[in-house]
Amino acid sequence: MSTTSGLVGRIADADLTYVLAMLAGVYALYLAAGLALGFDARGLLNSVAVVTFYVAVFAMLALALNLHWGYTGLFNIGVVGFMAVGIYTMALVSKPVLGSGGSAAQVGGLGLPIWVGMIAGMAAAALLGLVVALPALRLRADYLAIVTIAMSEIVRFTLLSRTFQSFGLFGRTVGLGGGSGLILDFQSPLAALVGTLGLEGAYAGLVGLVGTVVAQNPRAVVDQFVYGLLLLVFVAGFYWLLKRAGESPFGRVLKAIREDEQVAGALGKDTDRFKIKSFMLGCALMGLVGVLWFMPQGAITPNTYRPRLTFFVWIALIIGGAGSNTGSVLGGGVFAALLFQGPLYFKNLVDRAVDISNAPGSFGPAVAPLLGAGDPVPFLLYTVDSVRQLQLVLMGVVLIVLMHRRPEGLLGHREETAATVPLTRRVAGEDDEPESQATAADGGQR
Amino acid sequence: MGIAETYSRGRRLATQNPVGVVVAATAVVLTLDLLGALATGGVAVSRVGRLVWDGLMRGLVIGLAGIGLSMTYSILGFANFAHGDYTTSGAFAGWAATYLLAGLGRADVGSLLLVGAGGSVFGAQLGIGVVATPLAVLAGLLTAGAAAVVLALAVDRVVFRPLRGESGIALLITSIGVAFALRNLLQFVFGPARRGTTDAGAVPDVEIPLADGAVTVGAHDITLLVVASGLMLGVHALLQRTKLGKAMRAMSDNRDLARVTGIPTERVVTATWVIGAALTGAAGYVLVLWKGTMTFNDGWLLLLLIFAAVILGGIGSIYGAIVGGLVIGLTASLAAVWIPASFARAAAFVVMIVVLLVRPTGIFGGRSTA
Amino acid sequence: MSEGVEERATTGALGADGPADLAAEPLRVDGLEKQFGGITAVDGATFGVERGTLTGLIGPNGAGKSTTFNLVTGVHRPDAGQVTFAGEDITGMDPHRIARKGLVRTFQIARELGGMTVMENMMLAPQRQSGEALWRSVTPGLRPRVRREESDLVEQVWDTLDFFDIEHLAEEEAGGLSGGQRKLLELARALLTDPDVLLLDEPFAGVNPTLERRLLDQIHALRERGYTFLLVEHDMDLIMEQCEHVIVMHQGRILTQGSPAEVRSNEAVVEAYLGGEV
Repeated sequence: MSTTSGLVGRIADADLTYVLAMLAGVYALYLAAGLALGFDARGLLNSVAVVTFYVAVFAMLALALNLHWGYTGLFNIGVVGFMAVGIYTMALVSKPVLGSGGSAAQVGGLGLPIWVGMIAGMAAAALLGLVVALPALRLRADYLAIVTIAMSEIVRFTLLSRTFQSFGLFGRTVGLGGGSGLILDFQSPLAALVGTLGLEGAYAGLVGLVGTVVAQNPRAVVDQFVYGLLLLVFVAGFYWLLKRAGESPFGRVLKAIREDEQVAGALGKDTDRFKIKSFMLGCALMGLVGVLWFMPQGAITPNTYRPRLTFFVWIALIIGGAGSNTGSVLGGGVFAALLFQGPLYFKNLVDRAVDISNAPGSFGPAVAPLLGAGDPVPFLLYTVDSVRQLQLVLMGVVLIVLMHRRPEGLLGHREETAATVPLTRRVAGEDDEPESQATAADGGQR
Repeated sequence: MGIAETYSRGRRLATQNPVGVVVAATAVVLTLDLLGALATGGVAVSRVGRLVWDGLMRGLVIGLAGIGLSMTYSILGFANFAHGDYTTSGAFAGWAATYLLAGLGRADVGSLLLVGAGGSVFGAQLGIGVVATPLAVLAGLLTAGAAAVVLALAVDRVVFRPLRGESGIALLITSIGVAFALRNLLQFVFGPARRGTTDAGAVPDVEIPLADGAVTVGAHDITLLVVASGLMLGVHALLQRTKLGKAMRAMSDNRDLARVTGIPTERVVTATWVIGAALTGAAGYVLVLWKGTMTFNDGWLLLLLIFAAVILGGIGSIYGAIVGGLVIGLTASLAAVWIPASFARAAAFVVMIVVLLVRPTGIFGGRSTA
Repeated sequence: MSEGVEERATTGALGADGPADLAAEPLRVDGLEKQFGGITAVDGATFGVERGTLTGLIGPNGAGKSTTFNLVTGVHRPDAGQVTFAGEDITGMDPHRIARKGLVRTFQIARELGGMTVMENMMLAPQRQSGEALWRSVTPGLRPRVRREESDLVEQVWDTLDFFDIEHLAEEEAGGLSGGQRKLLELARALLTDPDVLLLDEPFAGVNPTLERRLLDQIHALRERGYTFLLVEHDMDLIMEQCEHVIVMHQGRILTQGSPAEVRSNEAVVEAYLGGEV
């Protein structure tokens, strides 16, 4: 790989370019699809807002998982458990006190502000991380995997259970709602934020402005759009935090643990402590994503938090390439746009062109005309109609193909150098070694 | 002297293995609690009897399916997350055969082959049961095993073989992809609905009186018991009496060494898939026969319990898988005596996690296949 | 080349403050025992390592050398016996705590951190890095201090790489180095932890004669600066030639110890080891 000096800066720029190019590509694709579908302004804005939302949540989840697996080598397949604990704790803390409003909710919360709930959600997820980590971090990677996935299922069973449907806490009647879930009857988080910042006026102005292109209920569209953008800010925050954590002596020890834990120990590093810290930080971030994802949804039910969601995050991480933060963001974006949301858009696209409402209800009537009269139409309609299952098949196949063809991910094998400063020789006042400086700068991303 | 010695030994045990002591203490307390409740009538003896029987049935299925997982785990060195979906695939193939034989002429072939997808035909309608349609059930059982074998070999050929030299983790991740694809393909073809497969009302059963009530044992319970124990004995004989068992033991100990010493490793791998998949397909079939219903994610839901059994018994040990299966099945079933039934599976997972922490090599650990 | 080494060695490039002023016998092992599943791997090993010496631990394969190493460095916990380092009982202590006290090991099969560059490998080694605390590394305002510290370490690392003549490999991924280069990297990395006593597990295995010569020169240079070395080797001739003090193990026991000349004349050694192998 040929290089020139000053590459450090350019790598940082290149990373930003990758991310922006990914976003631009996704938006172009969705706008094009929207136009093809004949969406109006509202539909276009909406589709962009929704895809932004999912790009952001999967980018954040992939970043958090990258800290566990890419940096520290901790094979966590219980991601969804930490997300669930995050949002459920947040709901418990921030839901209004039972009977205080006109809410139809069966159980109440502690009635504390939303930001307190968010912090509590992160703390609870980190705490669960600690509980799992203390005994399990010494286990082999595949055993840790099985422990974490079992843990995430135990979390789901607990949420489903009638035992914790409703209980007393600090004199309040709170609960996890059992199988029917919880109604998130707190103030809209976005409205709360706008209110706290004293931006109601400006926000109303924005809604008015959008109202000129979107006739009906512009507020809903603006809310969704702004929330999506807010999540992108969170992505930047995650990236900033994890980049700093990774490009530091702390991150260096994590990398060493991933490579060979015994060596890290022989060099005087208390590996257990580092693993616990890394695990808890990642879990807290997963808890936060759980909050950010489900907080605006109005209601939550336990069965959303099935292991499938964990595997989505893994596919995103592997697309981007474990070990690289930039790769994680790209992987999250590509996964969300193409594999998670894409097939549904494809279905809508087909639906617009051909009426699929009379698609066969099961495989038999779909395939019989194909085998009998050679008529493929019912089968194709059934295929398009079953896109929800087939997209999961596609994800499975993509995962297999990636593991065969490109286990190192989109960006190829690359890692950010784990140090706060460039590891080049200081050449203060000397200019006789530009060559070595250049190779040095390149070293971290081969 | 004797007391002091016992005491000091006890103290050493407690300091060396505190978790183990806690586990043992918990087990003792729970047993005493159960005995007390039985004596005072707090828990009906017949209820415990029914739970034990139910746990035994589940345990046999888990153990039977666990043998294959345990063998591939030790010989190929990875945790196969697609194993549960091999179970389901086998079951669907087997039940397609059963439907076809039991319902030929009474419903169209397509509906029968799709195991009544979309509610086109029901098992009860066809009068399926081991007594009513024994041949259809036998053919289904054989087809289930055979189909799982074909599937496992095909997947191995296309997906796992090219990755033979890779780390266990890479293979594990790949197997998750296989699981995703398989499970949702099954849903695509057979539909998402849970369907009834047997004419449950017509299956003969006997009531075995037990103290304050009775335990019902049906013909399908007996079928499960006979099939599972028969297959387990068969595998035992196969691995004890043939060179294959020896080669498998050698390979699970050290793959490279085995290759160097001239063991045809690829043939052993094939044999492992064949045996493991046949058992897991059969397990899927008898599970559906016993429960009387089936759907596309039955195997996936069973998978973690199978993992629990395999880890409990010690990876690579078929006896471990069987014993582990029984322990997990009984735990998940009997837990209902102490805790709400919704935590029954959680209890089984907790047992597994505790075993991983206390004795990661499992009950039969250190001893490899057979 | 060797003059370059001399020159750089005197610039104080290595461990932050060089070896501490230790007792005459910094490392002492008394009656160490270890069994693995009924097999006695080490059976009552007793020996001491004197300050500023190159002590060799030799014995045929399976004599218990590596197990002894693992017992001393905390990888395994001994069934009986005591390990004393700088007057402190370190028996059964966690490996990382032993390393922090200044007793640092290398591994028999070089264990470079393959996915990290040579530079990153080296930067890992220095102890008490404030940036190893997560919050100091991420909190705005505190990071500049970490950066300053790191900049200083970078210089120190480059000097150490120079000393071992592997500065041209600095940006390579460690996994791509040759066997001998890995050995050099391991030794250099161990030195950067600022140890007082270095335990080297077969440092010359798989190293070509030229590189072996260089490694030996460097070890001697370091010894002269006050570092203490305990070497495990089964190349008898090399140990006899290079070490002041030799400990011979056989079947888990210490057969004899003393100067090379004393050991060579010991009949038990000749019979058990030389006789058997040569």
